[in-house]
Order: sequence, then structure tokens, then C-alpha cells
Amino acid sequence: MKKDNKTVMLVGVGGQGLVLFAKVLTTGLITAGYDVKSSEQHGMAQRGGSVVTQICFGQKVYSPVVGEGAADILVSLEKLEAARYVHFLKKNGTLLMDEKEIPSLPIITGVQKYPENINELLSNQAISFYPLQASAKAEELGDARTTNIIMLGALVKMLGLTELVDWPEIVTSAVKADFADINRRGFAIGACLV
Amino acid sequence: MGDKIVFTGNEAVAQGAWEAGVGLGIGYPGTPSTEILESLTKKEGPDVVWAVNEKVALEEGYGAAVGGLRALVTMKHVGLNVAADPLFTAAYLGVNGGLVIACADDPGMHSSQNEQDNRWYALHAKVPMLEPSNSEECVRFTRLAFEISENFDVPVLLRLVTRVSHSRSLVGLHPGVSYRKETKPYQRNTEKYVALPANARLRRKILELNLVSLRQDEVLQELNVMEITNPEIGIITSGASYNYVKEAFGDNYSILKLGLVYPLDTRMLKEFAARVKRVVVIEELDPYLETHIKALGIECEGKKYIPAMYELNPQILARSLEQAELKPLDSSEPALKEPVPDLPKRPPLFCSGCPHRGFFYAANREKITVAGDIGCYTLGAIPPFQAMDTCVCMGGGFTVAAGLSLNLPAGEKVFGVVGDSTFFHSGLTGAAEAIYNKRSVIPVVLDNSITAMTGHQQNPGTGCMLDGEPTFLQEPAKIFEAIGYDRVLQVSAYDLEQIRNAIREAKKATNKVAIIVKGPCRLLKGVQRGPGYAVNLEACTKCKSCLKMGCPAISLSPDGVPAIDPAACFGCGLCEQVCRHKAISTIKQEE
Repeated sequence: MKKDNKTVMLVGVGGQGLVLFAKVLTTGLITAGYDVKSSEQHGMAQRGGSVVTQICFGQKVYSPVVGEGAADILVSLEKLEAARYVHFLKKNGTLLMDEKEIPSLPIITGVQKYPENINELLSNQAISFYPLQASAKAEELGDARTTNIIMLGALVKMLGLTELVDWPEIVTSAVKADFADINRRGFAIGACLV
Repeated sequence: MGDKIVFTGNEAVAQGAWEAGVGLGIGYPGTPSTEILESLTKKEGPDVVWAVNEKVALEEGYGAAVGGLRALVTMKHVGLNVAADPLFTAAYLGVNGGLVIACADDPGMHSSQNEQDNRWYALHAKVPMLEPSNSEECVRFTRLAFEISENFDVPVLLRLVTRVSHSRSLVGLHPGVSYRKETKPYQRNTEKYVALPANARLRRKILELNLVSLRQDEVLQELNVMEITNPEIGIITSGASYNYVKEAFGDNYSILKLGLVYPLDTRMLKEFAARVKRVVVIEELDPYLETHIKALGIECEGKKYIPAMYELNPQILARSLEQAELKPLDSSEPALKEPVPDLPKRPPLFCSGCPHRGFFYAANREKITVAGDIGCYTLGAIPPFQAMDTCVCMGGGFTVAAGLSLNLPAGEKVFGVVGDSTFFHSGLTGAAEAIYNKRSVIPVVLDNSITAMTGHQQNPGTGCMLDGEPTFLQEPAKIFEAIGYDRVLQVSAYDLEQIRNAIREAKKATNKVAIIVKGPCRLLKGVQRGPGYAVNLEACTKCKSCLKMGCPAISLSPDGVPAIDPAACFGCGLCEQVCRHKAISTIKQEE
């Protein structure tokens, strides 16, 4: 029973909508009958800093967090953050990464350069690596803020949970009415990326 | 059991208090405790407000409890330092309606200045402390806490941590639960409620007797649970640590899970120790349980293996307890042995358009000494501004400045910097102190019209109460004037020239000057964006002055010219003011 538990780790930059991502995923997993525990960050970390959310699900889950080397899937909404947290993955774990680059403070102020070799570095690890064009697709869709739901679409497909519950409906109920349609479309686009 | 629903620990505490018929919810915002009251206010029934600080919240909550209401008081761990004064004496005097203090620790310091272990407060103040480990327990323990408070005539602490407060998990709600406000009649009882020494001496003894009765009560059976699965090794744990133990070791070892961490159930501890050959104590932060269990004469190990700093998780437990020959369930290997080295850091930073940016940019250029405080504006301490000398605690801005000014070269002044919410929290007293003892301090209020860092809570300076109801808007400027400041310089957060002049004027002034930098948090609803700005490629000399603003909307393009991201730019115009070559202007003007 224990071995069936899975941990999804979401990382990105404060303000990218990780909390919504986690909320929709959690609701879906619970609707599907899983036991779920998740943990999120609030407060100062949200001010454009590096943010982390974890979702653990299975038959019976106790801890809302895992430590380094123990996550099954890492979803990163930003390249540098993927590299920062890739060591949280288990051997042969899966990394879904949006190819968006967001410069951090030392890069903005010109003290450091945005690392150029991230894709290469991640390709060389003992993981399944999926670099995705989610934010590019979101911009095509007309709203960069749908990146999180596009990545969610990709994740749900990757987890093999697409048929389990009515995900578009869960997305709809989690966002404001005006944004329901675009996010539903985003979810569908995400599923086609993997 | 009715529907299952997902609650964060904080939402669950609010649910438990509501089910217990709480009459008043009061607290001061602080991560990770803030959402308890924000969740409670959405429910029909109780009066829910933000107090100006935690001491005030606890005193008002205590008064409500003496009057016969059930009161829930919320704060983060360091808030209890502020509220410690009423806590210790309230424990002696006891309550009428139940008083529960939900206090959230932040192991790992996700959003805090220290990671103090508040379990010691329970021991120190002799106040019972319950420690839930998930949302379901948050509901149940909160309800129980009110009962314990009333049954044993004592305030009760509910200890939360980040991974309980900000974790979501399933809660089974009882169908048909509705709100029924619990009230008891108020009766004047000076011997009980007036802490004169003669009364306090009596109450001191009564408190001990109440704790003895609690130790013998059957509620302990509900809070402290034994799982005997292995006669060799037994683990004693509580709260969030229990989750990590179960995740790491499953049912491999016997477990005693303590829901009541003060007073300790000595009978059960001894019984558990007798039923296993070896006892291991697993707890986050200090060896609080371990110290007490050892004092009972029970042989045990814990901090010998487990870190006493930062957060725990199942993997840390598995790793550290290998030496103690405990076998974890999971043996999967990590993908990488070490984190990827030398990556650029991503610290939090001022949002684009943040009204704090201009002041710290100017403070850096004017080379002033700044005693800072707790809020988003503490980020003024890190690059590129590095314009803060100290930050200790809420309200420390003006007062640390007062002390710091004493040994500086003659004539030099220290700028004490606080936010609007912090000003009302405990900045006020420091402003009075500086006048009273004639300190060389310039108090500065960075007034963004909200308590921003914790996610936008109202305060006396916003003119609204927690639920948005309008109230008298208290102005820091008038308060400064009333307590003896001769001049209050009010400047716009987006006008560097004004800010710079105010700093210079304050530095050379011979009378008492205070500064207020005004500009609403740009994340507030209804705050309008300014015009978009762009870099004129021909005028730009690549001097990078604009990058020294640390604005997330500006970054170097590959050809070395700064570029402004139109989607991220808030139109505050500060970059235009720092560009000496007039290469930055509004997009409209360019056309």
C-alpha cells in the first residue's frame, strides 16, 4: 500500500500561480478518491522568490512533504527553478519543465548571467526529462497566466489520470467565470504537450 | 460522518472554533497563522477582527472570555513573545468562557526571523498545549481546547507549525453542524480576576490543582494515542513530526503520539516505555519532549541523531535514524547525490511598482543608517539596495534606532523605518520614546495602506476593519504631531527627488522631524497602473543605472541594453528618474 504513494513537487517563481495549480490538482485527486496531503508557501517567499509546493497522494498519506531525492514528479514553471530542485527527484523520476526563463535578482542587476546549459545539464541526469513550451502556448492562447493550467494538463496526462475525473469541470470551478474557458482550453493544450 | 472536504490546517482551526460556538476571533496577522481569522470571518456568527498587536489581541480575547464568550486568539510564534505578559497572568486567573490561543511556529523560518519552539511557553506559563498533526485534528483539537479551557479554568494553547497550518488534507465534517454561540453569564469576581499579590498567590495554587485535575481527566485518552506494533522499539512523537514518522517508518515501530504536549501524561509515558525495550523521541526543533521524558527517569534517545534545527521530513528522519538502526520503508535512491551547484539565487524581491523601492534606493545613495523592521520592506536590506543596518522584531525600527544613535559620531541621526501596520503594532511607543529621551532618530513610516507581506490585512491606518467595514482612519502624521514631532514630511513613494530632499532635510534639521512615504501597495485592488515605460536604444549608454533599482520588469537583453518587460512594468516611473541619459520614457511619449 505504502509504495503506491506518489509525490508531485511544483516549483516556480512567486506569482506564477502555483497555489491555484496545487488546488486544482488536489481537488481532482480527492474527487478521484485518493488520500491527499499538500503543503504550500505563503508570506515573504511569494514576493518574486523561489516557491515550492508539494502534493502527496495515495491510499493513505501522512506527510504533506518529502525531502531531497524522494519526489516522483517535479513540475517546474521556470528553467532555473527546475535545476534548483531537480535533486528532490527520485532516481528515474520525471521532470516536466516549462522552458520559460525568468531572471532572478542577481541576474537582473547584472551580477550573474542566466545559466545557458540548463537543458543539457538536466538531460544528463538519471531522470525522464520533458522540456515543454507551455508559456509560449499560453501566450498563443492569449493569456500568459494560463501557463500553470497548461502544465497541469501535461502533468495529469503524464500521471495517467486523465480519465479519472472531469478535469475541465474542476478547472472551471477553481477559476473566476471569465477565465474558465481559456483555462479549459489551456488544460487541453497541456495534455497534448506530452 | 458527512462529506469530506479539503481544509488547510488554518481553515480547519477556524472550522473547529466555529463549531465550538466561538464568539470572538481576534489576532494579528503573521505567517503561517494569518488565514485562521480570514477563514473564520467568512462564517456566519462570530465577531472577527484584527487587533493592533498580539498583546492587545490576547488581552481583548481574555476580556471576552472573562465576560463569558468563547474567544479564539491567533498569532505567529513570535507574536506570543509580544503577548506573553497577559498569557502568564491569565493562566493564574483563569477564564469564564473558553480561551484558546492558536499560535503557529515556523520551523525552517520560511517567513520568520527566528524558529523559536513555542512548546516551552506552555511549560513556562503553565498553560495546557494541544498539538494537532493534520487538518482533521485541527478541527477536533480546537473544539476540545475550548472544552479543556472551560473545564479546567485555564487558557489553552493550540500549537501549529507551517506544515500543519499551510497543509491541505481531508476533513470529515459532521452533517448538520450549525453555529450556536456559547455564552456564560459574567459575574464580577475580584478575587479571581484582579491580580493583586494576595489574589495571585491563591490563584497560583489553584492553577496547579487545575493542571493536576487535567492530568487525571479522560480527555487525555482522546489526545494521546498509543500504537503498539513492535515490542522492541517505541517512538514518542507529536504534531507534524508524527506525519514524518508514519511516512518514514509506517507501522514498523510502536508509536506514542502526544496530542497534549503540556501537561505531559506521565502515566502513559511510563506505560509506553514499559511496553518497549528502546524509546526514541522524534520531535522538530528543541528536545522539549526528550528533556521531560528523561526527567521522568525514562531512558531514551532523540537529538543524539535528529537535527535540532530547521524542519524535519521523512527523508531526514530515515537518514538520521539509520545510526539508531531504525529501518525506513522506502529505499528508493535519489536522482542526484547533491543539488546542482552554483546556480544564481532567487531571493524574494520588491514587486515591480512596489512603493518601497524608491525610499531604499534613496537611502542607499544618501548613505544613511537605517534601523528597519518586519514587513515586505525588510527586503531593502538585500542587494541591490543594502540600505538597512538592523531588523530585529516588530516595532524594533524606531527603538533600535534610538539605541544605535548613541554611539554614532556627533550629529549623526539614525533613520528608524517601519510600515503602517507595524507603526500601529508597536512603532508608536518607539516614536514616543525617541521624543521623550531626546534621541537622534528620524522615524520613517513607509505607508502602503495595508499589511502587505501577510497578504493584505486591514489595520488602523487603512480605515477598514477585518471584514471591510469602514472605521475611523488613524493617520500616523497626526499621531507624530500629537506626541511632539515639529514637522512631518509627507512624500510620494514614486518621487525620488521628494524622498531625497526629505532625507536631507531631516538630517540637518534642528527640530524633531518625521517622514511618511506614501504609496499604496500595487497589489491592492483598484490601484491603477501608470503608463508603460520603454528604453530608447539610441539614448541608452548601457550604464545600467536602471538595473540598480532591482525591478523585476527590467533586465539586460542579450545585447547588453536594459529592456523593460511591458507585461511586468507597473508604470511607477522610478527607472525614468534614475536614468541620467533620459533614455527611459513612457511609451506614449515615444510615439
